[in-house]
Amino acid sequence: MTYLKKMFVSNMSVMSAFCAITISLMLAILLLWFSGAPPIETGKLLLEGSLGNATRLSDTSMVWVPLALASASLIITFAAGLWNIGVEGQIIVGAIFASFVAREFDAPAPLLWGAMIMAGALGGMFWGGLTGLLRIKGKVNEIFGGLGLTFVATGIVIYLVIGPWKRAGIASTSGTAPFDSKAWFPTIMDLRVSPLAILLALAGLWLVYYLLKQSKFGLQLRATGINAIAASRLGVRTERNLMLAFLLGGVLAGIAGTVQVGAMHHKLVPSISGGYGYLAILVVLLGNYKSFRSGLISFFFAMIAVGSIQWQLRLDLHSSLGGVTQGILVLVVLVVMAIFTQYQRNQRI
Amino acid sequence: MHPETIATIVAASSPLVFAVLGETLTEKVGVVNLSLDGSMLLAAMVGFAIAFTTGSVELGFLAAALASSLVALIIVFTSIELRLNQIAIGLILTLLGTKLAAFLGQDFVRQVGPSVQARAIPYLEDIPYLGKIFFDHNPVVYASFLAIVLVYTFLFHTRHGLELQSSGERPEAAFAKGIPVNRLRYIYTALGGALVGIGGAAFSLDVKLGWSEGHIANFGWIALAIVIFGGWHPVRAALGCYIFGALQIIALRLQPELPGLSQVLPILPFPIMILTLVAVNHPLIRKIGLRSSVLGKIVRSDPPAALGRPFWRE
Amino acid sequence: MTLEIDKISKHFGNVYANNNVSLSIDSGEIHGLLGENGAGKSTLVKILSGFFEKEAGEIRLDGQLLDLSSPKDSINCGIGILHQEPMVFLPFSVLDNFLIGSTDQFLAPRKQALKQLQEICNKFDFELDPDAPVSLLTIGQRQQLEIARLLWLDPKVLIFDEPTNAISPVQREKLFTTIRQLAADGMLVIFVSHKLDEIAAICDSVTVLRKGEVAGSKELPCPESELIALMFGKLFPSKEIETPQKGGIQLTVSNLKSIEDRESIEVANFEIRQSEIVGIAGIEGAGQRTFLRAIAGRNSPESGTIISGRNLLDGTNYHQRLEKGLYYMPADRLGEGLISELTITEHIALVENKKRNQIIDWEMSYLRATELISHFQIQGTPESKAESLSGGNQQRLMFALMPTDADTILLEHPTRGLDIESADWIWNQLLDMRSDDCSIIFSSSDFEELLSYSDKIIVCFAGRIVGEFEKSEFNPAHIASLMSGSQI
Repeated sequence: MTYLKKMFVSNMSVMSAFCAITISLMLAILLLWFSGAPPIETGKLLLEGSLGNATRLSDTSMVWVPLALASASLIITFAAGLWNIGVEGQIIVGAIFASFVAREFDAPAPLLWGAMIMAGALGGMFWGGLTGLLRIKGKVNEIFGGLGLTFVATGIVIYLVIGPWKRAGIASTSGTAPFDSKAWFPTIMDLRVSPLAILLALAGLWLVYYLLKQSKFGLQLRATGINAIAASRLGVRTERNLMLAFLLGGVLAGIAGTVQVGAMHHKLVPSISGGYGYLAILVVLLGNYKSFRSGLISFFFAMIAVGSIQWQLRLDLHSSLGGVTQGILVLVVLVVMAIFTQYQRNQRI
Repeated sequence: MHPETIATIVAASSPLVFAVLGETLTEKVGVVNLSLDGSMLLAAMVGFAIAFTTGSVELGFLAAALASSLVALIIVFTSIELRLNQIAIGLILTLLGTKLAAFLGQDFVRQVGPSVQARAIPYLEDIPYLGKIFFDHNPVVYASFLAIVLVYTFLFHTRHGLELQSSGERPEAAFAKGIPVNRLRYIYTALGGALVGIGGAAFSLDVKLGWSEGHIANFGWIALAIVIFGGWHPVRAALGCYIFGALQIIALRLQPELPGLSQVLPILPFPIMILTLVAVNHPLIRKIGLRSSVLGKIVRSDPPAALGRPFWRE
Repeated sequence: MTLEIDKISKHFGNVYANNNVSLSIDSGEIHGLLGENGAGKSTLVKILSGFFEKEAGEIRLDGQLLDLSSPKDSINCGIGILHQEPMVFLPFSVLDNFLIGSTDQFLAPRKQALKQLQEICNKFDFELDPDAPVSLLTIGQRQQLEIARLLWLDPKVLIFDEPTNAISPVQREKLFTTIRQLAADGMLVIFVSHKLDEIAAICDSVTVLRKGEVAGSKELPCPESELIALMFGKLFPSKEIETPQKGGIQLTVSNLKSIEDRESIEVANFEIRQSEIVGIAGIEGAGQRTFLRAIAGRNSPESGTIISGRNLLDGTNYHQRLEKGLYYMPADRLGEGLISELTITEHIALVENKKRNQIIDWEMSYLRATELISHFQIQGTPESKAESLSGGNQQRLMFALMPTDADTILLEHPTRGLDIESADWIWNQLLDMRSDDCSIIFSSSDFEELLSYSDKIIVCFAGRIVGEFEKSEFNPAHIASLMSGSQI
């Protein structure tokens, strides 16, 4: 049995995960029922609305992409024990940098996309690096540093959208002028889905998985996250690794920003990050910081986000119900699993 | 500056004052309630909804306080009993609170509901200059003044206040002195949450009447930032609220000349907060804070040492 | 008034921290509790203070059974403890610290407290500024503050738990005067310490604990040798080891001054040769930890020069010294030594630094782990997490992770908490390394270990080296008394 095939999962934790998911789904269904949404109908509409036809599937996929990239960003930073709440801001700055390239550079399309991706990565990396500096040199906790920088990023993007980059004649928060069509990421037929974006998301998830599983860097990060002092004693350069984690997380988030402007909106809007950074936190908490699981859960959450539009249209339910469902699922699963863990702990004493 | 302007600033800042006082209390006892953005929205909606349905503004405030308090209790309960991370739960509750508020409040959007009636205090309102600023408001604003005084007095001049502070500072030592650390954490997280709820309701029932989705965007994060900026001291934090309020009014006045400024200004507390945190951790400032007890009180902005760290008697 | 501690027992894991401990103390007397680290003193104190629950036995005050299930109970029963680390709240003022936990009134009675504080300060000649933040106070002053606070609660029993660890001699004298005054006023005083000279100076009688049990009780004054015999038991080296020829000088330390976690060390001159084993004797906190860590680069000394082989180590950090062959093994295995949730294989992969390869070859690491497990006889599998290993196996793992070219090995308490088999195995490893020209410096509170394996023993006390013994000069009683601070 090789090390790579190791899959050590205790019976207890599988059972508790199963129970937790079941309970949370039941509660979600109950909630929906009380809100006037017949459960079966709701479920059907969700599936239809998110996967029912090509358009909807592509919409779901395009919601999945930034969510997955943001999740990847969070996973790599969580491994090091960091709460990279500022991922939302890193998405924004990535989007800003990518927009800059889209607006100012005149180049043949494929090169332009490549440049936009690199620019987004750079922007996100820059913003993540700032958070890292604040934490390592300024001793500012990365939660507040990240939060603060996110708001600064929001300020910058608003300023750009209604200031220097405003649409000719109209200063409006509905966004900048759309980019030249060269900067639009290619899509399949006239659907929204961009294969390039999908590829980037998959690459991001895989990269994080690979790094954590197979690379020295990933192992060092995990060691630092568990016990930075012992890691340092064993020879790990903890400060350097933490900074690299911030930078890498920023790169992934920045690419999410590029996808948002290049493949989704084709212009810069103030809400360019779409709350994906915050939603990704929920995804990653639910997925227990694992890449593959987070990828799946991101897709599930994307399905809820897109499918719940049908609840709005057909069942006349409020648009926020999707978000409520996502939140309840995560909260209940975490609580139920914690109850199981506590029970186990009490049994041991 | 015109007394009217100051009065406007003070009135407009009062909801934030409640929220900031509440969170200061919670963090002082050692618990971090990151759900503010969501729980304030929820409280604002609940407050308005109940007031609208019952016609009673007072009931609205009560309901809001209860709702927000419940959310806060989830955080402290899951932290102490289930060992879940306060930050994680807080973030989940932010999202949940926001969406829940939007969902449950859908029937109340853009409705016109009751609001707090202005009631100037006779005699006192005639004091030149100060009268206009402090005594020509509605009961919510008066309550916010009272809250500042009460929270300050409670924290620094009562036994419970000192005990709660010690629980957030060094729970092991507090416990060794017979102080029921976790009981205090439950109580003051709930109480802090209630104050936050009153702050939320103060928006929908007073400052920004009615309810709509995203009614008080980002004010929860701003409250968290001001708590830090205020160095976990109620009076300093309240001052932070007024400064923020002033910035908003200034932005409004400058709006015609510098469009876009009013969009950017809400962002300002955060770079200031970051700079404060960096400055406060700087060795030079720390030395000053340690040397002199007077200057130290002004400059010292250390968080409660055990903030976010649950305590169990192992 | 009489405090009776009757057959108290408590154990942790399968070790008895307190085993049938009984003693009886009368008020007006200062009773000492003497013992080296691990003897069970602090467990007994924690039981008396309500922090721990005893498993067997009774505690009676004047014949009345006391129920000490929580610190609050203990306080209500009139027991006051001055902890080793004063339980003060740093940002608050002296007056507020005085108040917290001391009053039942709703409004903090600051005026009343101030009066009380001043009365007590006057009585005992304390100088405390009520408004000063406690962070500015010295340890000695913080102790005074705590004593004052305890007195306000009107206790019947006062326990001083190793109070002199971090205070100056002047402050110590002050403290002793205070304690004597308290006893004279009728207080029941227990003075807990590992320092023989202090117990002899201030106590009227003493109970000696050893390995969790009462070794004996004596009235004071009494010959020091009797107390040493009770503290350490029989003292003679039990092994005869071949001592190879010592090589050239491996490490030199000059003018070292360092302080970490309030443990300080000052060393004028220290040398160790290749193939030499130096043991550092001393009670915990005497400075040996700071000394070892300063050499390793885990703390930053104020001054000092350290030369290893041809390399000047000053200015280099821990990682650079690790590369130059210095290997440090801390006492806290899971806190600083190993990464609790990582498996043995993962640890191996983590330290395999030699290949500049960024990709881990898990197959190889697994094989290597299997090799090392068998070579070091670790009871575990490559998949075992560090936290699931027993103490002895964790120690073996730390050995396995040592770079093969290490030439100076610094160990803190290498066999603490280990069974005899593991301890013997570890020493076999170390002796093998010594034969390979390694220099080994280790600290230990195990007397037998020090005497058996060291080529040279240095004794630390209160931040200084107070004695140096070559193997031929080993005098157990002398070493023991130096460890306990006596001035012979």
